[in-house]
Amino acid sequence: MSETKDVLLSPIVRNNPIALQILGICSALAVTTNLNTAFVMALAVTVVTAFSNMFISMIRNHMPSSIRIICQMIIIASLVIVVDQILKAVAYDVSKQLSVFVGLIITNCIVMGRAEAFAMKNPPGISFMDGIGNGLGYGAVLMFVGFIRELFGSGSLFGIEILPLATNGGWYQANGLFLLPPSAFFIIGGFIWILRTIDKKQVEAPEFIMAPNSKRGAV
Amino acid sequence: MSAKNDTIGKTITVTVLLCVVCSVIVSAAAVLLKPQQLANKELDRRTNILAAAGLLDPSKTVNELFATITSKVIDLETGKFSEAVDPATFDVRKASRDPELSKALSRGVDIASIKRQSQYQTVYLVEKEGEVKTVILPIHGYGLWSTLYGFLAIEGDLNTVVGLGFYSHAETPGLGGEVDNPSWKALWPGKKVYDGDFSDPKIALIKGKVDPAAANAEYQIDGLSGASLTSKGVTNLVQFWMGKNGYAPFLANLKAGEV
Repeated sequence: MSETKDVLLSPIVRNNPIALQILGICSALAVTTNLNTAFVMALAVTVVTAFSNMFISMIRNHMPSSIRIICQMIIIASLVIVVDQILKAVAYDVSKQLSVFVGLIITNCIVMGRAEAFAMKNPPGISFMDGIGNGLGYGAVLMFVGFIRELFGSGSLFGIEILPLATNGGWYQANGLFLLPPSAFFIIGGFIWILRTIDKKQVEAPEFIMAPNSKRGAV
Repeated sequence: MSAKNDTIGKTITVTVLLCVVCSVIVSAAAVLLKPQQLANKELDRRTNILAAAGLLDPSKTVNELFATITSKVIDLETGKFSEAVDPATFDVRKASRDPELSKALSRGVDIASIKRQSQYQTVYLVEKEGEVKTVILPIHGYGLWSTLYGFLAIEGDLNTVVGLGFYSHAETPGLGGEVDNPSWKALWPGKKVYDGDFSDPKIALIKGKVDPAAANAEYQIDGLSGASLTSKGVTNLVQFWMGKNGYAPFLANLKAGEV
């Protein structure tokens, strides 16, 4: 039981796919302008990662190693299409905002990374849990980034006004930078910084030591 | 992974089985969910039309409200209603890519940068006791980054704006994206499109705020601050669609009662 718990919870903080493994950054920039889309995206990625891990693990003993990546891609792609179709049917507004990014879950490194690193070597049950755990880890970062971007960029959370905007007669001047993709870089960078300050084990050893300045006048 | 998995026979069997299973799942999802998806799309389109005309009413469903609106297809060249295509199934975006149903626009004419224009357009009329109360016209054109798609609704006098709304665009959030801002959209109702003559729309966005005392104030709308190009795009697309290559012939006919 403790192994299941470990597999499920460790990707959220200790081994976060975005913060430590630096996977899946691209979609984290695009879908975090508000919490609604961030939440649905996190849910979609969690479902895809969990089920792709499970199915890949189920057939891992029959997969010819020469075409194993293709087999993984077929399963992942099918799941993504199903998720996309379901979203279009039940949550049309959100799926319109997410547009191509649901389809691009196929190329999300987290899904492929977990399939190759975990599901190919472990039984289905625990692989499914690993998928959920990594999806939650991805989701945690998305929600954190989405919270900051929506609050400061649009003055609202989940579309509900928190800081009355100056353009609507309130006092808060929205910061447009937070709605543009670069802000997500800064926020994710900040997130990684906070995480590594708390958990020193995540800090990599420096690859080289900076040489002292040779001569000031030379530059 | 044992070596027996890597024989040619096993490789082909696994591939075929996997592909068949996956394609069945994907096709099943696509087919089973299709009616629901189409219903959503239609509901979305109807909501946008109603929103532009300011007819949205939370106490009634969108479909109830939409039942009061008549959809008609018009031929842009003659400016008359056309029976050539069915308004329920006509897809303007598809038609504007079809060489038989559309024409390329020369650069001088194409101020909205839409390149091709469909010969037919669906317009929406709100009629009460045989009289046209509101005309809702689909419009689109290029802003800064993207094509803006929306509706412009005008009153029965075919000159006074009831509302404007864009349902699809990808302008910069916070700058050009402010075309969605309710307080900016609230500037539109009551503005006039034409100064007597249907062929020459006067309505335009200007730099800065409109001075209500200015002579042309009723034809002017505040520009979006920090978004000169989006503002210019909106002016161009409104002027294009309300001009002689857009709905002007139709509106002139409607005014004269000859549609």
